[in-house]
Amino acid sequence: MSLPPIPAEAIALDVVASDWRSAVRAGGAALTRAGIAKASYADEMVRMIEEHGPYVVIAPGLALAHARPGPEVLREGVSVVTLQTPVTFGHPYNDPVSVVLSLAVVSADAHIALVAELANIFNDSDAIAGLTGATSVAEVQRIMGVAE
Amino acid sequence: MKIVAICGAGIGSSGILKVNAERVLQRLGLEAEVSAVHLASLQRDAAGAQIILTSPEFVEAIGKTNADIIVVHNYFDTNELSEKLEAALG
Repeated sequence: MSLPPIPAEAIALDVVASDWRSAVRAGGAALTRAGIAKASYADEMVRMIEEHGPYVVIAPGLALAHARPGPEVLREGVSVVTLQTPVTFGHPYNDPVSVVLSLAVVSADAHIALVAELANIFNDSDAIAGLTGATSVAEVQRIMGVAE
Repeated sequence: MKIVAICGAGIGSSGILKVNAERVLQRLGLEAEVSAVHLASLQRDAAGAQIILTSPEFVEAIGKTNADIIVVHNYFDTNELSEKLEAALG
């Protein structure tokens, strides 16, 4: 089992984001470019954080933005955004964030295999630093264990 | 034993907690049913849970419970998870 393909359209490096909202929106835009989610999915991801707080910052430097399955999701997928300058989400332990993964899933049940794969990748503590320093799409795809 | 992992959506972050908690429990030789739950269905899905795994933001919203609440800082740090689960179950 590996992640679904992460095409170049779903990867954006050295993005300039002024705050966490624009960082999450960059993740949503990457999902939309790759045909994974509609543009309105970004609003849902922002709304989740407005509603529940910065819990999506699940590890030092890494946010896993996501919303619930719904009509905005076209297919299961992940986008990867690295930030030129880290932004704070207001998390008590894991700020500032340099890498935003955005996750779109079609059903809560079906997504466990996908997050298990994310755990395989990121339980290695070098993965976040590797993504933060990545300078090419191919490097991101290698760290994420996916071909284009 | 029943363990629930809680986040705002019941996907994503709680899914990662579920997956890593299962791995840690297996390593510790402990049997438990771990489910990923979102806050809105907490009352229904967390009934009878011995342990609730979550992030700092949700502690207040979880409110009064008989379960032990374990606050996880780094969801990908299985050592942190292992120490906290062992302490709670010890």
